[in-house]
Amino acid sequence: MSDAKKNLVEVKDLKTHFPIRAGLLNKTVGHVKAVDGVSFSIEEGKTLGLVGESGCGKTTVGRTMMRLIPKTDGSFSFDGEEMFAFTTAGQIKQMRREIQMMFQDPYGSLNPRMTVESIVGEAMTVHRVASGKDRRDRVANLIEKVGLSVQHLNRYPHEFSGGQRQRIGIARALALEPKFIICDEPVSALDVSIQSQIINLMQDLQAELGLTYLFVAHDLAVVEHISDYVAVMYLGRIVEYADRDTLYDNPLHPYTQALLSAIPEPIPNKDKKRIVLGGEVPSPSNPPSGCPFHPRCPLAEERCKEEVQTLEGADHKVACWKAR
Amino acid sequence: MTQNGDNLLSIRNLTTHFFTEQGVVKAVQDVSYDIARGKTLAVVGESGCGKSVTAMSVMQLIPWPPGKIVGGEIIFDGEALLEATDERMREIRGNDIAMIFQEPMTSLNPVFTVGNQIVEAVKLHQKDKADQAWDIAIDMMKKVGIADPERRVREYPHQMSGGMRQRVMIAMSLCCSPSLLIADEPTTALDVTIQAQILDLLRDLQRQNGMSIMMITHDLGVVAENADDVVVMYASRVVETGTAKNVFNNPLHPYTQGLLQSLPRLGEKKERLDVIGGNVPNPLNFPSGCKFHTRCPIGCKDTKCRTQEPPLKEVTPGRQVACWHAEGYTETK
Repeated sequence: MSDAKKNLVEVKDLKTHFPIRAGLLNKTVGHVKAVDGVSFSIEEGKTLGLVGESGCGKTTVGRTMMRLIPKTDGSFSFDGEEMFAFTTAGQIKQMRREIQMMFQDPYGSLNPRMTVESIVGEAMTVHRVASGKDRRDRVANLIEKVGLSVQHLNRYPHEFSGGQRQRIGIARALALEPKFIICDEPVSALDVSIQSQIINLMQDLQAELGLTYLFVAHDLAVVEHISDYVAVMYLGRIVEYADRDTLYDNPLHPYTQALLSAIPEPIPNKDKKRIVLGGEVPSPSNPPSGCPFHPRCPLAEERCKEEVQTLEGADHKVACWKAR
Repeated sequence: MTQNGDNLLSIRNLTTHFFTEQGVVKAVQDVSYDIARGKTLAVVGESGCGKSVTAMSVMQLIPWPPGKIVGGEIIFDGEALLEATDERMREIRGNDIAMIFQEPMTSLNPVFTVGNQIVEAVKLHQKDKADQAWDIAIDMMKKVGIADPERRVREYPHQMSGGMRQRVMIAMSLCCSPSLLIADEPTTALDVTIQAQILDLLRDLQRQNGMSIMMITHDLGVVAENADDVVVMYASRVVETGTAKNVFNNPLHPYTQGLLQSLPRLGEKKERLDVIGGNVPNPLNFPSGCKFHTRCPIGCKDTKCRTQEPPLKEVTPGRQVACWHAEGYTETK
C-alpha cells in the first residue's frame, strides 16, 4: 500500500457494538462487540477480500459502512470525505450514489412483485437521475452489460435462476454508476458452474468501469482469485492483512494457517498437513481475555491470555506476537 | 465402482417423477449406482440435479402427492426396498439406513432437549434397550465429540452452535448402528474449521463401525478428500461414475471437466476462471437429447447430441460415462 496510488476507501478503528438488553426495565447489560477496532484502506480500482467464519463481523463491517447499522466508533473516509460525518437523510442518500451493495441471497434480495426494469431502475428514479425512456434505455444497457437481454426487462424475479438473479443484483448495484461496491458473499449461494460466471463478470466490470470492491466472503479460494489484498477477521478484529500473494503463500497468523489448511481441495489423495482447530468461535458478547483466538490456538502460551494483540507490521500486518 | 457382489446398496434404473400442476418434473431418470460396504460414495451435482431426490427415494420419503417412484429397483443388503411393506420400511429407516441433513437448525425439534430426541430414536428402534436409552444417548454424544455430555444432553437445540447440532444429528443417526448413513450436504451450513471437525468425525466413526456412507454434496473439495467412489449427476441423470481418483484426475464427461476447471483453487494464480456457459436447465423443461448439450462445447454443434440421449456405459472397468464423445465410449455395448 506504499506507492502513490490513491486510497479511495479508508476505514479507521471501526467499532460496531450491539447492546444486549435484559430484565424488566430493558437495561443494557452488555455489548456484543461484532466489530471491534477494524482498520483498512482500499486503493481505487482494487479489491480487498474480507474473510472469516460466520459471526466474525465481516458482514457487519460492510453494513456499517453502508450506514445500514449505526457505528459505535471509528471513521470511514471515502474519496477524502468523512462518511460518518453525514447525518441527514439527504446526505446519506447522496453517499449511496457512490457506494452500492450486492447481497448474498439472490432469492431474498429482489422484490418479487417488481419487474426487472423497476428493480434496476428504481434507484434512478429515487435519485432523479433518469426517467421515462431515458431510464428504460439505461436499464436495458445495464442488463445487457451483465449478460441478460432486453426481453428480460418485463419479467419478475421468480422467472430467473439463481445466477441470473445475481446478475440482476449486479445491474441494480451499477445503476447509479457507483465507484465502490460492497459485495457481501455475492457468489456463496450459487452453483459451482454459475459461480465462475459471476466472478468473471465482476472482474470484467471492474476492469471496464474502474470499480473498487470490498469483497466479503468465507470461501478462501474465491477470495484468493478475486482480491488484490486480503484481510482475515476473527471475532470482530482483523488478525492478518497483506497483499493476496503474500498472505496465501506465507500466512503468519495461526488462525489464517488453520483456515487455509482446513479447506478441502479438489485433489484426491493429496498429502496435506491439516491443522484441525478444536472448539468453536467464542461468542462475541463474552470474548476470551487477551488474544481472542488463544483458546483454540495450537501455539497459545500464558502471555496470550493476558496481552491484547494489535495488528502490526508494514505491508504484511499480523496480530500475533508469536508470528512476528 | 466396485465390481464384485460386495455392494451394500444397488440402485437400478431408478426413476422418480413429481406430478405438479405445471407439469411432470422428471427429477430422477434411469439412475443406477452401487455403494460398496464400508466405503464412502459421493453423489455430486448442482441444485436440482436429482441427487437428494435419489436419496429420498432410497429412504422412500418422497411425498405423494406430488412425488412418486415410477420405476427401477433399490436393493439394500439383498432386499428389494421398493417391494417392502411400509412397516418393514419403518424398521429399516433409522435401524439400517440413517440420514443426516444439511440444516442442523431445522432438523431438530426446538421444543425438546437434544437428549430427549436421541432417546426417542433409541426407544423406537431398540425396544429391548429402552431402560438404558439415556446412557446410550450420553455415550453417543461422547463418541461424536461433545464435551460434558451429561450436562449438554439436557440442553435444547437453540443453546447449541451449528457444529454442535450437527454432532447431535450424527449421534442420533448412529445410535442404532446403521450399516448405511446417507449424509445430505452434512457440512454445507458449517464454517470450514467446523466442517473439518465433522468430516474427521465421520471418517473416524466409519473406521470404527465399518458403515457405508452416501455423501451428497456440491463441494468438490469435500468429495476429493473423503470419497472412495464418485457419482456425478446432471439434470436428473448420472453422467459419470468412477473412483474419486479417476474422476478427478481424468474426468471423461464434458460436464465433469468443466466443473473441475471452473473451480477457483488455492494457490492457483489464474487471471480468469474457465466457465460452463448457460444456466442449470429447468427440470420442467429439460433439453432434448443429451441434457448437457446446450452448455457443452462439443455437444452444441452435434446433431446426435441434440437428438439422442447417450446411455450410461462402462468404458473401462469401474468407469462409466454417458457422452457420445467421451474417450472410449462406443455405441454398441
